[in-house]
Amino acid sequence: MKKTKQLFAGLTLLASSQQGAQADYTLNLMEGITKVSNHIYDLHMLILWICVFIGIAVFGTMFYSIFHHRKSKGHKAAQFHENTTVEIIWTIIPTLILVAMAIPATKAVIELDDVQDSEMSIKVTGKQWYWDYQYLDNGIKFESHLDEASEKAHRLANGNPHSVPHYLLNVDKPLVVPVNKKIRFVFTAADVIHSWWVPELGWKKDANPGFINEAWTYVPKAGTYRGQCTELCGRDHGFMPIVVIAMEQPDYDAWVKKTLAKQQEAVDLSDLSREDLMSKGASMYLKNCVACHQINGSGITGTYPALTASLRVTGPIDPLIGFIQAGTSRMPAFSKLKDDELAALITYIRNAPELGNSVGDEIQPKAITPVYDD
Amino acid sequence: MSAVVAEHDDHHDDHDHGPAKGILRWIITTNHKDIGTLYLLFALAMFFVGGSMAMIIRAELFEPGMQFVDPQFFNSMTTMHALVMVFGAVMPAFVGLANWMIPMMIGAPDMALPRMNNMSFWLLVAGVLMLASTLFMEGGAPAGGWTLYPPLVLQTGKAFPFAVFSVHLLGISSIMGAINIIATILNMRAPAMTLMKMPLFVWTWLITGFLLIAIMPVFAGAVTMLLTDKFFHTSFFDAAGGGDPVLYQHIFWFFGHPEVYVMILPTFGVASTIIPVFARKPLFGYSSMVYATASIAFLSFIVWAHHMFTVGMPLAGELYFMYATMLIAIPTGVKVFNWTATMWKGSMTFETPMLFSIAFVVLFTLGGFTGLMMSIAPVDFQYHDTYFIVAHFHYTLVPASVFILMAAGYYWLPKWTGHMYNEKIGQLHFWLSTVSVNILFFPQHFLGLAGMPRRIPDYAIQFADWNMISSIGGFIFGASQLLFLYIVIDTIRGGTGEKVTDEVWEDAHKHGLEWTLPSPVPYHTFTTPPAVIPTEHI
Repeated sequence: MKKTKQLFAGLTLLASSQQGAQADYTLNLMEGITKVSNHIYDLHMLILWICVFIGIAVFGTMFYSIFHHRKSKGHKAAQFHENTTVEIIWTIIPTLILVAMAIPATKAVIELDDVQDSEMSIKVTGKQWYWDYQYLDNGIKFESHLDEASEKAHRLANGNPHSVPHYLLNVDKPLVVPVNKKIRFVFTAADVIHSWWVPELGWKKDANPGFINEAWTYVPKAGTYRGQCTELCGRDHGFMPIVVIAMEQPDYDAWVKKTLAKQQEAVDLSDLSREDLMSKGASMYLKNCVACHQINGSGITGTYPALTASLRVTGPIDPLIGFIQAGTSRMPAFSKLKDDELAALITYIRNAPELGNSVGDEIQPKAITPVYDD
Repeated sequence: MSAVVAEHDDHHDDHDHGPAKGILRWIITTNHKDIGTLYLLFALAMFFVGGSMAMIIRAELFEPGMQFVDPQFFNSMTTMHALVMVFGAVMPAFVGLANWMIPMMIGAPDMALPRMNNMSFWLLVAGVLMLASTLFMEGGAPAGGWTLYPPLVLQTGKAFPFAVFSVHLLGISSIMGAINIIATILNMRAPAMTLMKMPLFVWTWLITGFLLIAIMPVFAGAVTMLLTDKFFHTSFFDAAGGGDPVLYQHIFWFFGHPEVYVMILPTFGVASTIIPVFARKPLFGYSSMVYATASIAFLSFIVWAHHMFTVGMPLAGELYFMYATMLIAIPTGVKVFNWTATMWKGSMTFETPMLFSIAFVVLFTLGGFTGLMMSIAPVDFQYHDTYFIVAHFHYTLVPASVFILMAAGYYWLPKWTGHMYNEKIGQLHFWLSTVSVNILFFPQHFLGLAGMPRRIPDYAIQFADWNMISSIGGFIFGASQLLFLYIVIDTIRGGTGEKVTDEVWEDAHKHGLEWTLPSPVPYHTFTTPPAVIPTEHI
């Protein structure tokens, strides 16, 4: 009964969500936008049609036999049990087909492998559970997390995925690349193995901790391309998407300039209002803490400690600052958080009603004392 | 120490020919039929345990958003579902069939090593129970996938060492089972039963036995290295200490690829046994079937890295593993062609075992086609770790291995119990299973091609329709299997009440020695080897 209701609810929601910003579902492999992805698509179609053809021949024979050579129709069994000619033929024909397949496949493998003559390089680091991008030529560096709307929709009991544009396939900061340039990617990981896949580029590549992998792309067309992590990497493996925005060269140059300028800005240490601290803190929490400590601060018993009513969270502020910046053997060090971000985050976790804490104080960016200086 | 052993004078064999009384019969039994029954019933129980985990997975994936379980528990479910199905259900079921059928097929009184036989069964139970106990441990059951890839698997909580030790136990159990089967086949055949006259089920198990002995120690070694990495500060798989996480994948798949053939080769053997009986024809190309099985087994050792095309291998590695993998299509094709030729111009009837066997040939071939597609390395750069792969290996495992196990159940239950199963319910079970298994797995091809990664608890909206359809298929498939449980119980308790003949199926005695024995089979059979063996199967 409940299942039936869910089914109807699901179908209704599906019908109502058709106009939302979602990709259409497809039956076949996408052709993709790069030359490589097109070659791969062609290979896929070729081998698919070969299989369809062989399938029709084999199953056709079998079903003809099933239909005609049955006892109920009075068919008498023949007693042959070998035929060398036939057996040689059905060994040789598949071999020839395979050789014919191997030739274009080899070409495609060689093409995919050739990272030479690239015009720019981007280092991609997989982390539990987001991507870290570093432009090796101009020093741009940022993290790319699942966007807040998706984050809330999948974590909250009353979240509605159908209302979120590009649910689970959207990020806060997309990877921006120029069109018509050969871009080399280098992949690595900080903790466990991840895998970076944007179907429209035609390939995926594993990001292995302690090792470097290479791949390349050449995007001929401006647009937004979405993908996901494809190597199981722990609890939130399903929640670390990839968004690549390809821009025309002038737009890209402008983006680089703007991003670099913002990156070099000094941290604004001026005081923030309590509302600003809380709202900024909430978004820092969603990005950095929620995967382990959960959206209501409950943690997971036996694995991740609760923040609700935690003495470490609600106790003195200074040790808490040090704790977050230094991390532990279980928790990563969050020294990457800037003073204003840390101040907002701490104010939030001490006072957020949704986490069940209400210490009633706040901390301003200026009051953050560094334990580590970069 | 040795003095004590020397004192051990062993001359109190009893000559009682019936089973022991009560529960002790099953605990201490060394009878191949009893142990076969234990294996089969245990496998059936685990099939339902692993199946319930699959139901949880499909329920969570029924629609987008997180409804029922935590993502970590979801990962535990995918991991445990695979481990339970592979090590608890499919492998033990085939060992159970081997125990029951191999001595009867080759005219031997029992397995060569009956006490070890008992031990390997109870070690299996211990191993699976230990694995299942991890579900209740702090930090949850292993959630890094059945492949147990480091570094992720090292993040497992208290369950980690228990998972490793359960793999050790399962490995020891499998190796002992394999040694026993090989020793039985090589030493205990009736004089007339030369190697090239053995039924194909025996042949496929002989080859599978060697696969198991070769690979289980490799897996045990790999998980032991994980154990020392976690607790004894070694760095086999940790780059910070000079190791390499990808090394684990190479070792794992050197085990893992032959392992999937461990589950499919005996399947081929059963199909080659059943199809000729219901086509009323000899098997087409007996010797090419034997050689094809051996070739597939050999190839399985040299293709492992096709599971790792995106891991970052050198160009030469990519090419080599692509070519070697493509080769598998040739012997596998030969098998499918041979089964088709066996049916050709036969006089077929379609009882439940035959229906399941035909569905196996068709649906296994579908899984083979997607396998061929994935062997093309550049295209696998798209397919890898998506639902396309999930569809592929489920096609080769569920409507292949599991269907053939069902077929074997229907085929031999009358011989084992002396009762006929209910053919109507059997056929209902077949049609429900076959239709629903396709509703379950076929849409997963579309999901994978459209870009849905595997092992995710939640997905983008464009994947919603096919996931819902797939889940509905899953629920129907799961529920249909209860029919099989009913049939097994019903048949044991008397079935249709119809008295079955010794050969059960028309002219089956021409195809295998087991059909020359009375139904139900007496507790001890072939205490003297049969003088004449049937030859219709070769």
